[in-house]
Amino acid sequence: MNEMQTLLSDTVTRLFTDRVTTDLRESAEKGQWPAKLWQDVEEGGLTLTPIPEARGGGGGTWQDAYIVVAAAGRFGVPLPIAETMVGAWFLAESGLDVPLGPLTVAPVHAGEGLSLERDGAGWRLGGTATRVPWGRGAEHVVVVAGDMVALVPAGGATVQPDVNLALEPRDTLTWSGARVTAAAPAGRLSAGALRQYGALVRSAQMAGGLEYLLAQTVRYVSERKQFGRPIASFQAIQHNLALLADHTAAAGIAAMNAFRAADRGDAAFEIAAAKVRTGEAAGLGAGIAHQCHGAIGFTYEHSLHFVTRRLWSWRAEFGAESHWAAELGRHVAGRGADQLWPDLTAR
Amino acid sequence: MATFNFELLDLPPEAEKLRGEVREFLRETVGEGAPHKRERTWGGHDREFSLKVGARGWIGMLWPKKYGGHERSALERYVVLEEMLAAGAPVSAHWVADRQSGPLLLRFGTEEQRQRFLPRIARGELAFAIGMSEPDSGSDLASIRTRAERVEGGYKVNGTKVWTSNAHISEYMIALFRTKVVPDKKHEGLSQFLVDTQSPGISIRPIVDLSGEHHFNEVVFQDAFVPEDMRVGDEGAGWKQVTTELAFERSGPERYLSSLRLIIETIREVGAEPDARAAVTIGRLVAHLATLRQMSLSVAGMLQAGQNPNLEASVVKDVGTSFEQEIPETIHSLLGVEPRLGSGSDFERTLGFLTEHAPSFSLRGGTREVLRGIIARGLGLR
Repeated sequence: MNEMQTLLSDTVTRLFTDRVTTDLRESAEKGQWPAKLWQDVEEGGLTLTPIPEARGGGGGTWQDAYIVVAAAGRFGVPLPIAETMVGAWFLAESGLDVPLGPLTVAPVHAGEGLSLERDGAGWRLGGTATRVPWGRGAEHVVVVAGDMVALVPAGGATVQPDVNLALEPRDTLTWSGARVTAAAPAGRLSAGALRQYGALVRSAQMAGGLEYLLAQTVRYVSERKQFGRPIASFQAIQHNLALLADHTAAAGIAAMNAFRAADRGDAAFEIAAAKVRTGEAAGLGAGIAHQCHGAIGFTYEHSLHFVTRRLWSWRAEFGAESHWAAELGRHVAGRGADQLWPDLTAR
Repeated sequence: MATFNFELLDLPPEAEKLRGEVREFLRETVGEGAPHKRERTWGGHDREFSLKVGARGWIGMLWPKKYGGHERSALERYVVLEEMLAAGAPVSAHWVADRQSGPLLLRFGTEEQRQRFLPRIARGELAFAIGMSEPDSGSDLASIRTRAERVEGGYKVNGTKVWTSNAHISEYMIALFRTKVVPDKKHEGLSQFLVDTQSPGISIRPIVDLSGEHHFNEVVFQDAFVPEDMRVGDEGAGWKQVTTELAFERSGPERYLSSLRLIIETIREVGAEPDARAAVTIGRLVAHLATLRQMSLSVAGMLQAGQNPNLEASVVKDVGTSFEQEIPETIHSLLGVEPRLGSGSDFERTLGFLTEHAPSFSLRGGTREVLRGIIARGLGLR
C-alpha cells in the first residue's frame, strides 16, 4: 500500500470500528436505514473513491477503492457502498453527472431487459429488474438498457421488497414509462459489463469478509478453553485455522488482482477469476469459522453470522462461481491450449 | 493478531524482456517435447541442458560476479524459473544447487568454499543433493542421529540419510549431521557439511518410488571422512542454517506448477468449444492458477525487497501444493480417462504420470502438516 492507501485504510477502519455496531446491524436487518452512517460515509468521499474529481469523485483508482469495499465487507456494513461506487463509475464513464445519495444498479440478472423510449428531449424507462440490491434504500438507480446507460430516480419504480440471507434488501423494481434523469450511449459498458463490475465489488467484499472470519476465529480459539486449555492449542484447530488463512490470503490476492486489472482497462479475465476464487474461499471459510466457534457461533446473539450470511449470498450474486468459471473456461478453450501460459503471463 | 501481508507485484520491464529471451532459448533447446516427458519439469535431469542454462547466465543470477554470479534481481530470476517450469525444461541438474545450496554457501560458507564451488554451480557443472531426512527423522528433522565426530583434520561420519533425491548423480551433498549430543536439546549440536558423494565410506543405494523410478536414495556413511574445511558455518549452527535453507526451498513457482502440463493437455483434449461441465472445470482451475501465480509473485517481491516472508511462503506452498495435487483428481472426475504409463495418448500418459506423482507434492520440502503448523505459529496459535 502507498501512503495515501494506508491513510484511507486507517480512516475506513476507524469509522467502521466506531460506528458499525451490533445494534446498528441488527436494526438494519429490521429495515432501519442507517442514515447517519450513510451521511458520514458519503461526506468522507468513500463511496466515490474511483470517480474522477471532475465528476465529484475522489479521483482515486480501483485499487484505492478495493480498500473501501473490502473494509465494508470486513465489517458487514449494511449500506450500498459498493453498489453506489459501481453505479457512479458507470455514470462518470458515460459522461453523466453523479448525484448525491445512495445508488444501486440494475439489472443484475442476464435476460432481464429494460427498455428506454424517446419522450421528446428525454427518455422513459420500462421493464422489471429482480433482486436489485438496496432497491428501496437507493435514491437513484443506474440502469443499462439496450445500448444506453441511464439514471432514474428510485421513486419512479414500484418496489416489491425482498431480502438476501443477510436481510440486505434485494428488491424487484418495475418501471412503467418512468422519466429518466439522464441518459447517454453506453459504449463498451453493456449490461454484461454491469454484472462484471458487480462481481468485481462482491469479490472484494468477500475478501474483506474472510479477513474478519480469520481474525475473529483466531481470537475465539485463543480465548475459548476446553479440557483445561485454549482450544487453539489443539492441532486439529490449528490446521483448520491455517486452511482458513490460506483461503483468506488467496481471496485477497485474487480480488486485488481484479481491481488492478480494472485500473488497466480490460479486467474480464481477472474479475472472473476473482469471483470464482473468492466465492470458493467464502464457502470454505464460513464453514471453518463456524466449526471452530461451535454452538455459540450458530446463535443470533453472536456476531459471526453478520459476515457468514453475507458471504453465502454474495458468492451467488452477480454470477456464482460456476457462471464465471464457465466464462473463463470457454475463453481459455477458445484461445487454445498453447496460449494458456503466454496469456496468463501477459496479464 | 500477527498475520500475513500479501501485496501485488508488478514485474519490471527488464524481467518481461528477459522472459522473451528465455522463451526463445527454450524453443531451441526443449522445443515441443512430448507432454508426458515435459511434465517432469524439475524432476528431469540433463547436464548438457544445465550447462547451456549456465552459459546464458541463468544460474546463480543473484550472486556476486566475483563468484561467477550475475548480480541480477530476484524478479528476473523468478521469470527464468517460471518459464523453465512452464516449458517442462529438465532443470534438475542445477535446480537444487541454484535454489538452496549456492545461496547457503554464499550466506554461511567460507570465502574459500564460495570461490571453489559457486562459479562451478553457476556454470551448471555441479549438482547438489540435500542430506536432511533419516530413517527415523522426517518431519521431526531436529531428531537426526547421523554423527560427525571430530578426528584429526576433520570429522568421521556414521549414519544414514534417506529420500536423498539424485544423490547418485550429484557431485556434492549438503548434509546435516550431529556434531555434539546435547541431552534434551535436539536443536543444538547440529552442523552442516559439504560432502563429496564420491568419498570413501559413502555408499549410495537406490530407493525405487511407487512409479518404478529411481531418484530417491539411501546414503550410508561408514566412517566416512569429511575434512574440516568442508564444514559450512559454525559448529552447532546447523539448525538455524537449515531453517533458512528450507525457506529458500518453499517459496518458488515449483510449488504450484507441477500439474500445469495436465491443465494444458486437458484444454487440448476438450477442444475449442467445451461443454458446460468442461468449461466450468477448466475455468475453475485457471482461476486458481492465476491467483497462485500472483501469490507466488508477491512472495518473490518480498524477497526482492529484502523481507523475510516465511509465513507467506508457507501459505503459498500449502495452497499451491494442494492445488497441483488435486488436478489429476479433478481431471479424472471430468473425463474419466484411464491414466496410463508406457502406452496411450500424450494426454493419458500425462494423467498417468501425475496421478502417480501427485502424492509427493504435499510431502517434499516440508509436509502439509508441517506447513500448517508454521502457518498456525504465524497466526499466534502456538
